[in-house]
Amino acid sequence: MLETFWILLLFPLVGAAINGIFGKRFSPGLIATIGCGSVFISFAIALLTFFELLGLAPADRAVTNHLFTWIESGNFVANASFLFDPLSGVMILVVTGVGFLIHLYSVEYMRGETGYYRFFAYLNLFIFMMSTLVLADNYLLMFVGWEGVGLCSYLLIGYYFETRVAGDAAKKAFIVNRIGDFGFLLGMFLIFQTFGTLEYHSLFSTVAERFPAPEIGFGVLSGITLLLFLGATGKSAQIPLYVWLPDAMAGPTPVSALIHAATMVTAGVYMIARSATLYSRAPESMLIVAVIGIVTALVAALIAIAQRDIKKVLAYSTVSQLGYMFLAVGVGAWASGIFHLYTHAFFKALLFLGSGSVILAMHHEQDMLKMGGLKKYLPITWATMGVATLAIAGIPPFAGFFSKDEILWNSLVSGHGHLLLWVAGVLVAALTAFYMARLMYLTFYGKERFSHESHGHHDDHDHHHSGPPKEPSLFVTLPLMILGVLSAIAGLVGLPAWLGDNRFEHFLEPVFHYAYTGDGHQGEHSHSLEIGLTVVIVTLALISIFLAYRFFVKNPAIPERIAERFAGIHKLLWNKFYVDEVYDALIVWPIERISRFVLWKGIDVGIIDGAVNGVASLMQGWSNRVKRLQSGYARAYASWILFGAVLIFLYYYLAN
Amino acid sequence: MLASENILTTLLLIPGLGSLILAFIPGKNHGLIRNLALVITLVTFICSVPLVLDFDASTADMQFVKNIEWIEAGGFSIRYNVGIDGISLFLIVLTTFLMPLSVLGSWSIQKNVKAYMILMLLLEVGMLGVFMSLDLVLFYFFWEAQLIPMYFLIGIWGGARRIYAAVKFFLYTAFGSLLMLAALIALYFFNGGNSFDIVQLTERLANGAVVLAPMAEILLFLAFFLAFSIKVPLFPFHTWLPDAHVEAPTAGSVILAGVLLKMGTYGLLRFCLPMFPTAAVKLAPVICVLAIIGIIYGALVAMVQPDVKKLVAYSSVSHLGFVVLGIFAFNMQAIGGATYQMLNHGISTGALFLLVGIIYDRRHTRQIADFGGIAHRMPIFATMFLIIALSSIGMPGLNGFVGEFLVLQGTFLMSRTYAVFAASAVILAAIYMLWMYQRVFMGRIENEKNMTLQDMTPREIIMILPLILMAIWMGVASPSFLNKMDVSIQKVVDRIEDVRTDEVYRVEQEQGDALSPVGLMTTSELTK
Repeated sequence: MLETFWILLLFPLVGAAINGIFGKRFSPGLIATIGCGSVFISFAIALLTFFELLGLAPADRAVTNHLFTWIESGNFVANASFLFDPLSGVMILVVTGVGFLIHLYSVEYMRGETGYYRFFAYLNLFIFMMSTLVLADNYLLMFVGWEGVGLCSYLLIGYYFETRVAGDAAKKAFIVNRIGDFGFLLGMFLIFQTFGTLEYHSLFSTVAERFPAPEIGFGVLSGITLLLFLGATGKSAQIPLYVWLPDAMAGPTPVSALIHAATMVTAGVYMIARSATLYSRAPESMLIVAVIGIVTALVAALIAIAQRDIKKVLAYSTVSQLGYMFLAVGVGAWASGIFHLYTHAFFKALLFLGSGSVILAMHHEQDMLKMGGLKKYLPITWATMGVATLAIAGIPPFAGFFSKDEILWNSLVSGHGHLLLWVAGVLVAALTAFYMARLMYLTFYGKERFSHESHGHHDDHDHHHSGPPKEPSLFVTLPLMILGVLSAIAGLVGLPAWLGDNRFEHFLEPVFHYAYTGDGHQGEHSHSLEIGLTVVIVTLALISIFLAYRFFVKNPAIPERIAERFAGIHKLLWNKFYVDEVYDALIVWPIERISRFVLWKGIDVGIIDGAVNGVASLMQGWSNRVKRLQSGYARAYASWILFGAVLIFLYYYLAN
Repeated sequence: MLASENILTTLLLIPGLGSLILAFIPGKNHGLIRNLALVITLVTFICSVPLVLDFDASTADMQFVKNIEWIEAGGFSIRYNVGIDGISLFLIVLTTFLMPLSVLGSWSIQKNVKAYMILMLLLEVGMLGVFMSLDLVLFYFFWEAQLIPMYFLIGIWGGARRIYAAVKFFLYTAFGSLLMLAALIALYFFNGGNSFDIVQLTERLANGAVVLAPMAEILLFLAFFLAFSIKVPLFPFHTWLPDAHVEAPTAGSVILAGVLLKMGTYGLLRFCLPMFPTAAVKLAPVICVLAIIGIIYGALVAMVQPDVKKLVAYSSVSHLGFVVLGIFAFNMQAIGGATYQMLNHGISTGALFLLVGIIYDRRHTRQIADFGGIAHRMPIFATMFLIIALSSIGMPGLNGFVGEFLVLQGTFLMSRTYAVFAASAVILAAIYMLWMYQRVFMGRIENEKNMTLQDMTPREIIMILPLILMAIWMGVASPSFLNKMDVSIQKVVDRIEDVRTDEVYRVEQEQGDALSPVGLMTTSELTK
């Protein structure tokens, strides 16, 4: 498949086209078959290609499929060419694999929706765009996928477009992403101006040649990397552009799982890892990436603690975990960032899908304070979400433990690392364990805080009957179980050095061939230090889980008392630090007002048109006056002649 | 060879004679007149296809040239001289392509259909003439001639304030044209009073056979530039455009935005740059700043418009700002992108006006506030509108992106500051388009009158579908267009480069560069 792996892109595209154009007349079964089938074929092709790639020598593991020239003008060329290497291989497996499971889940979850065909068409289109993003062999083609997934995100967040919230959230997501894309575009311009190409391989080899050592001070590489990073903050919801992601939860839950947890939002991390050659030579940018990453992780984790909406908690959790990934790539631990991206895809998709199962059972109630005691009704959901919670909390031997451990270790010992980064990272780890345990306890344990009658807000799904909550069918639970297994074991491919061999890191190594590694300090530290720190982190996570247990199961009065005692802080967290309000007041409102009252009504209608019409009416006014001279009366003309004659006479008289 | 030296003349004759035929059909027979007009414009389009197929992409010389005597008196020679190069080729095809769609978009016209269709056909003759004329007087003739049908189309079939809009349109344009006429005559005398041949004149100006004093060159440049920039329209000469668009009938807006505005940018490429390169280079900073103001200003003002059509009109100011910026960035990517953007704008804005017409035919309003939630009633319409809106805001994979990217890329090579400001429009465009889209299509239907809206009819789908297919084709397979333009654009770029090698200018440029960058880094660091 290596010569023609690009055909995996075709299936979801064709699926999207068929369902989108003709789907309205299809039966739900046919729509679902086309939707799921096309992604499954893509996944199968990706898997075959991946195994073929494994058969090659590590140095040869980069295969390009050239399709056609997309844009050519002067010395600028951009091709539609696709690259399969270890990095894009891992990414495409995550995208199509997790993507397929979520398609499967949607078969049941979305059943009965009037826009069933539309949903699957958008979802397939998303897989196509995301695959383009990760398989592109140049930045411009990556940008096609980059904006394309943004479009699909827009369409899917706005899926329930009759509600105001969904429309607003969709628009906000697109526009905030475009702010990032503005940076991405400028970054590409600067790359082309400096190096003359946007194609990865030739670009990276040129960079390595022209910059044998990292740039000192703020130079062109810092410019490029920071502009690209602006793009990443938009797509991957980092400070200052993270505000769209929590709102994006207005979309259907499978969308939150696929796009806003497992795949699209990780595109920024992928892009930076792909650009390791550039970033590793711009130490100042690396520092900014790491700091933004860890600050975002911390802020989002704090906000997550105070949220009541189950999906909002997961949304902020995603922002926070993405912050970890940026911390990783920011300290030069490219493989660790991708490793966390890969484990996070499983457990976070699982958490979202599980929350969807809960939401279905609760008739579209999302407030955790109105749940409780669901464990006995939803055993599979409880068990699988429990695994995912242990994974994200970093409890060994679940997947998240290995990837988070790698990141924290690197944030301390890598050449770009720092003790403060590590301390903040550990704090985030403790907070993560706490808010996730809180979510589990509030949802599945304690008293039932709901009535058994149907009480959903918009219970338009005919298949959701009232009565006690019950577990959905196999379409929902099968993906949960598969993801549960993956969340448990997927970390084993990347064991820490003291336990064995990190095969994941070695596999990715050739991708970062041109990255600058001169100042890495890894390997000088003893295993005992690494083990000791790991013990500290895991202990903290366990304490956090225990605290959450005390607060939310044993003695629910405690959190209420804390919230009252620290009402100010609680309000600040509950209102997400008022960032949206600040953006509105400082940016949105002034721009709208200035455009309306200064530019349009002031300059356009007032000044410019005022001047044009003023000249016109001036002319008209004068003409009106002058035309009166032509009165038609002979005596008037005679007196004008006389008047003129007198003037001429006076002129000559005075002149002499 | 399907195309001969007579093909261009044929393209002028078909709609020209077609309008004569229509004149003999009884005015009451609306159906026949509409169908006949459709057939005539379709035949014109089909006849223009061989131009693309037989076009020789390897030469910048004029092709399909027909050059015969027209008015000869006492050494005074005005000739019927037509031909095309890579710059005008696709503008001609764009015109013939948009015409049948505009006729289809005029089905709802009830008042005096016969006169309407005759004027449409005459308009087509005028527009095609402008893009193929190689004689200054012939060019001027067509330039003025197309004003008249457009004036009547707005003034008779327009909205409530149609007279105001028509007069404003006419006076604005005529004001510019008069200066151009003076410049044409001056050029004739500078050329030794022997010909109005555009190609010959351009060559003689390039090889030094005709030398213009610096001041004369600047004045001539400005005379042409003013005429063209009013047509484009460049900020601050744009205020005729929103009025004309809002009052014009649907097809009038399509043609106005799709083709007439491009006559301005085409003029810049055909006259201002190759004939007066020194003046162009000297004045470029001012022009680029005006273009950038237009890009941002147009987008911001579009954002707050309560009328969909006016929103699209202001978005045109923004898009055409990109074209002018690209032209005055003087390199291959930028001018190639600008030329591409002319076509893109014709496709996407033409389609937007047709789409607005579709909803106007049903509801007789274009106020955003009167709509909301109509995607429920009109899913096909909502989908097609979204695709075109995305093409307009430069979604990669569709046509708008290719042009916008190349213009910005080329501008970046010239000045980073300019590119940064211009690129901010990618954000603003998303804001005004999606905000409008949300208010019109999303949400619940609040207005009773929208409850009974019917989705697009087959005629309307046939009208929009070709534009969508073009948007995709041009977005994916841009080389099939760009390759044919390349050599002709290269010639313009070379002409500018000749002038720029002038030492004085280069020193100025270097000083300017050192001062201008975004603050990221200095030039010396870059070239390291």
